[in-house]
Amino acid sequence: MKVPILKGVLLALALALTPVAAHAVQPDEVLPDPAMETRAREISKDLRCLVCQNQSIDDSNAPLARDLRVLVRERLKAGDSNEQVLGFVTDRYGDYVLLRPPFKATTLFLWIGPFIILAIGAVVTALYLRGRKGTDGIAVGAGGADTAPLTEDERRRLDALLNQNKLGKEDA
Amino acid sequence: MRRLIFLLPLLLFVGVGVAFFLGFERDPRNIPSALIDKPVPAFDLPPLPGRKEGLSNATLKGDVTLVNVFASWCIPCKVEHPVITRLAREQGVTVRAINHKDKAEDALAWLQRNGDPYASIGADLDGRASIDWGVYGVPETFLVDRQGRIRFKHVGPLTPQVVEEQILPLVKQLRAAS
Repeated sequence: MKVPILKGVLLALALALTPVAAHAVQPDEVLPDPAMETRAREISKDLRCLVCQNQSIDDSNAPLARDLRVLVRERLKAGDSNEQVLGFVTDRYGDYVLLRPPFKATTLFLWIGPFIILAIGAVVTALYLRGRKGTDGIAVGAGGADTAPLTEDERRRLDALLNQNKLGKEDA
Repeated sequence: MRRLIFLLPLLLFVGVGVAFFLGFERDPRNIPSALIDKPVPAFDLPPLPGRKEGLSNATLKGDVTLVNVFASWCIPCKVEHPVITRLAREQGVTVRAINHKDKAEDALAWLQRNGDPYASIGADLDGRASIDWGVYGVPETFLVDRQGRIRFKHVGPLTPQVVEEQILPLVKQLRAAS
């Protein structure tokens, strides 16, 4: 009795953990030429599905995504290069369809912004560290080698203070 | 004075926060059209069965025209239909349509039921012409000037507010222009 249940559980687990193929590409869309199909898949991964917005048309089941996948394959069959296909789609839908935004004047800050912020951070950190070295130099030196050792009188007073402290604690 | 530099991260954070907060107001579905101020794409759609005139880029020259992309299976299209009907019948705007991925008999029945304010309708069965227009969902509405250039695009159902504030003033301006 036990064994079938165990088997059932294992089977269910195996099924649940099997990675499900996430592509939306339907068999009837696939091109006969494997090299061209690979290019189509690559292009599709860079094109945003405008209905679901955060999926590529390669992942999306939306009808428009399917139409665009078919269109991409048609353009490839017509002899377009990958760039020409992307150009064909951006002519109609704008740069927004590209999941990888192009590098141009309007997207300049998007691309180099993080580096500018990193540079500002580096400059601020450098300034801060240099400033700290300047003022701390004196503070660190106070306990270091460049100050005179305690005189006999000072040492006696320090010992007295330390002892007093110890006695005080014992009293309490 | 030097201490003020420590306020810089806070100021930056506030700035970014304000920018993101304002971003909430923007509708992510409102994607700017790549075709604004460009000529209407070359296309030629046949009429619905039993009708005379379809829609092509040649049809869209000469008059300021509103081009409405609709489908019988699209619920928001039904919502905006009275607004479009009023535009065509009362406000004197020429309205033509692209019937997007629809069955002809469904489209005809829908027009029978809801009224047909369109001067002509092109049947876009495979949605290819809609892709040329950069359509990514129905309904979408374009305003085309006399030279056949797309001057305005609205995504989603037309509301009386959009008509009053954007479309009618633009129609007036485009008619006066040439």
